Amino acid sequence: MMKHFKSLLARSTVYLASAFTAVMLLIIVASILFKGIPYLTPSLFAWKYDSVNVSLTPALINTLSMTLLSLLAAVPAGIGAAIYLTEYARRGSLFVKVVQITAETLAGIPSIVFGLFGMLFFVTFCHMGISLLAGALTLAMMILPLIMRTAEEALRSVPDSYREASFGLGAGHLRTVFCVVLPAAVPGILAGVILGVGRIVGETAALIYTAGTVAEAAFSLSDSARTLAVHMYVLSSEGLYMHQTYATAVVLLIIVAGINSLSYWAARRLSNGKV
Amino acid sequence: MRSRFDKQLNQLNNDLMEMGALTEHAIKSAALALSEQDESAAKRAIELEREIDAQERIVESLCLKLLLEQQPVAGDLRLISAALKMITDLERIGDQAADIAEIILRLHGQSYIKPMLHLPQMAMRVIEMVTGSIDAFVRKDSEKARGIFKLDDAVDELFRTVKNELVELIRRDASNSEQAVDLIMIAKYFERIGDHAQNIAEWVEFSLTGVHKNGEKE
Amino acid sequence: MAKFDIQHLNLYYGNFHALKDISLQITEHKVTAFIGPSGCGKSTLMKTLNRMNDLVEGCRITGKVLLDGEDIYDTMDTTTLRKRVGMVFQKPNPFPMSVFDNVAYGPRTHGIHNRARLGAIVEKSLRDAAIWEELKDRLKSSALGLSGGQQQRLCIARALAVEPEVLLMDESTSALDPLSTAKIEDLITLLKEKYTIVMVTHNMQQAARVSDTTAFFLLGEIVECGDTDRLFSTPRDKRTEDYITGRFG
Repeated sequence: MMKHFKSLLARSTVYLASAFTAVMLLIIVASILFKGIPYLTPSLFAWKYDSVNVSLTPALINTLSMTLLSLLAAVPAGIGAAIYLTEYARRGSLFVKVVQITAETLAGIPSIVFGLFGMLFFVTFCHMGISLLAGALTLAMMILPLIMRTAEEALRSVPDSYREASFGLGAGHLRTVFCVVLPAAVPGILAGVILGVGRIVGETAALIYTAGTVAEAAFSLSDSARTLAVHMYVLSSEGLYMHQTYATAVVLLIIVAGINSLSYWAARRLSNGKV
Repeated sequence: MRSRFDKQLNQLNNDLMEMGALTEHAIKSAALALSEQDESAAKRAIELEREIDAQERIVESLCLKLLLEQQPVAGDLRLISAALKMITDLERIGDQAADIAEIILRLHGQSYIKPMLHLPQMAMRVIEMVTGSIDAFVRKDSEKARGIFKLDDAVDELFRTVKNELVELIRRDASNSEQAVDLIMIAKYFERIGDHAQNIAEWVEFSLTGVHKNGEKE
Repeated sequence: MAKFDIQHLNLYYGNFHALKDISLQITEHKVTAFIGPSGCGKSTLMKTLNRMNDLVEGCRITGKVLLDGEDIYDTMDTTTLRKRVGMVFQKPNPFPMSVFDNVAYGPRTHGIHNRARLGAIVEKSLRDAAIWEELKDRLKSSALGLSGGQQQRLCIARALAVEPEVLLMDESTSALDPLSTAKIEDLITLLKEKYTIVMVTHNMQQAARVSDTTAFFLLGEIVECGDTDRLFSTPRDKRTEDYITGRFG
């Protein structure tokens, strides 16, 4: 009797926890949609921003360019580092351990600290000024540990039997890594990249100090450029555009949902082909 | 390891020994029937033939089962294949002992045309050979097995002697001929028993060393 | 004609003496089987023949391994060696690529990029591995979709594609069903006309069926080596007899 009650209690607790999580998500999403959808007007999507339409389009374009630039910087570096750590460095060597610890630490640093560092280093010391480039490089530093970690895990999870087979056929280390191991690790690496994109799209603090808040689509790397998340911050802090802020939030939510579905779909497609 | 297999091999050994014992008994009964003109001994030899046949089938099916289930190699394989060959020879010996016994039964009531001297000697020799082969098998004594080969020569020699004597008896008195022919047949059967006993010894040696007297070294 | 001549080979994994003074000759165009209980060194010796042991940290050897008279640890580079000495592993390990790309991987590694030539090599290798008929219409499909037996034959084709002289087969049928195993055993009998084959196996009956010469390993040493028929019917060493009759190991 007691056992039955205990298991019942455990089960109900677990159900309640999941229900609570789902409900919280629903409340957040619903309230944003509720407050934002009525104000999704065509003027919100105008090409040029002015203080009347507070269009989000320039910010959207900037978000895209920022994402691409950051990925361009972070992904090769992250994958390259991961390849070195898994395929070339001696397993368990001191260097590997040091790199792994620093990467873990880096991943935990608050984004505003990155923003301040970016301002000091990229903006001031490197004379980039408040610019798209400074912002992209700062974001690249932020997502680098994430890309490196997921790439490392993806590479480690490629079975050794593939490497053995490749060596057995007379292939060298380089060919083995780039023609066999890396392609097999792509699903995992892609998952990491998409997570990184998610972080970029949502970042505000770091960008305010490095890329600034100019509400125009940046055409040169040295232009200041606000992204969608920064745009929302600026709008809401000015106090006059709460409706448009919520409307912009809806767009941002849709983008995030889209990215998540894309990653889910891509992972499914790739693993179906490989497994 | 392979305790089940070892148990089965033990069973095979025991079954072979059993068949050997039955065969020895059959020859002894036939020999007794011959020297004492003992009707019941003759009948026993004939009964034993049936038992020997049954035992042959038991050993044969055990051997086939072992080949199928255990996939033996080396010593195990030699043992099982030698066993299959040995039971054929033992069964033939049983047949011959029964044949001798049947002749004795037909001769019942007649007195012997000559004193029984060489035939009982032949009987003793072949009993020695059969007993010796089975013994060599049980003790895994290949030297003893090799020793059996020489004994067959003595048996062949005795057969020639008996044949000559009986031919002489027929020449002297034609009325002897019927019994003489029967006695020649008995002698021939004993001589065949000797040959089969030698075969058994050869297979015993093969199972132990891989060398068969007739064939090339394995 | 000795394809491989192994002279006083000793192998150490760190401090562990894995192979002790091995001297052995592998005859050309014959199948040589290595048998022995787990950990006896048979796979280790096989991996010495194509220097796959180099990949293990802390592994060092003394002694000579001669391929056609040339010391493979001295002047030969591993790419050339592994082109001449191919390997098929215990578990089938095709790359996560198409059938065609799997077989073409070896030739591409060694510099062949001409499309037509690759196509011809792929077809020949798949035929040699007795799997062309089954796969000729599926060259572009993923190798991972094949059954275990097909994958292993694909791995054999992949190894044959670089036109080796020797094929090393490390328990290559132990992960397969009886029918696939039988197909591969038949294949080995055909292949030995063109190649020299060395196989490691735990299956006594397979070694007896397929090989010409058998070497029995125990604790890093060769206990007995000789003609397969003789070794399996009248082994000279009691340890060999005990092992092959299953009394230990």
